[in-house]
Amino acid sequence: MYFDYGITLALAIIGVLFMAAMIGLQKLLAPYNPFARKLMPYECGEPPTGNAWINFNVRFYLIALVFVIFEVEVAFIYPVATVYLDWVRRGQRLFALSEMLVFLLILFVGLIYVWVKRDLEWIKKVPD
Amino acid sequence: MPLLNTLPDYVLTTKTDELINWMRKSSLWYMLFGLACCAIELMHTGGPRSDIERFGATPRASARQSDLMIIAGTLTLKMALRTRLLYDQMPDPKYVISMGSCSNCGGLFQLAYSVCDGVDKVLPVDVYVPGCPPRPEALTEGLLKLQEKIMSERWLARAKAVEPIAQA
Repeated sequence: MYFDYGITLALAIIGVLFMAAMIGLQKLLAPYNPFARKLMPYECGEPPTGNAWINFNVRFYLIALVFVIFEVEVAFIYPVATVYLDWVRRGQRLFALSEMLVFLLILFVGLIYVWVKRDLEWIKKVPD
Repeated sequence: MPLLNTLPDYVLTTKTDELINWMRKSSLWYMLFGLACCAIELMHTGGPRSDIERFGATPRASARQSDLMIIAGTLTLKMALRTRLLYDQMPDPKYVISMGSCSNCGGLFQLAYSVCDGVDKVLPVDVYVPGCPPRPEALTEGLLKLQEKIMSERWLARAKAVEPIAQA
């Protein structure tokens, strides 16, 4: 039974030998010619400037959250409008409308909250 | 330690050189890099009708993976600096095909204040392809000429014709 693992072992050995041969051949045959300009970060020919880790305003986080409110609203209203078409045909119009209104109400509460907290305004007054 | 240009000129080393060169010329990967209208012909050359891929040349998106740079189009002075940087960032051994009149000598725009008249002012060029723009057949011919040049190079056997790798 353990002999079955011999195939795996053979594969592993061949794999290691193959990789060693490839890397060794590469070391033997390939020209090695590093210099500063070659080792620069590749930016499609542009000389790289500054740091990749830059700071940006933490308030964009709130903008992203508010965006989610509107985006989710739009993204869900369209499919729901097509799916609930069956309900409308079956005469359950008011139910479909109230379902939609409940969903919109929840998101609207979020919007009101943001509005009351004055997060829709970019310039804020710092409370004393 | 690379074996480059170290071994004496035996039959074995020269034959190995031929094998290495045959493998190198059959996988000339060119950088996906077009400067102006010649790039349209370059795209054609890679397309199905004149299929440059049957000679082993295929476009690569990064300078780090390419062996060949095809200068396709008018080289402006502003781009010349970037082109030189891209050339420097390609791994050795690397080759350059200058495609079309503009990159050969400035072409139609030779007298413009913004144009570098000839890519050979910033890079060493291996093959010049004439034309404005050259047809895909002409570029294929240029690639075949470059393959002939590669076949004449010697890597293991002590070099006679090969110039030393440029230190930029």
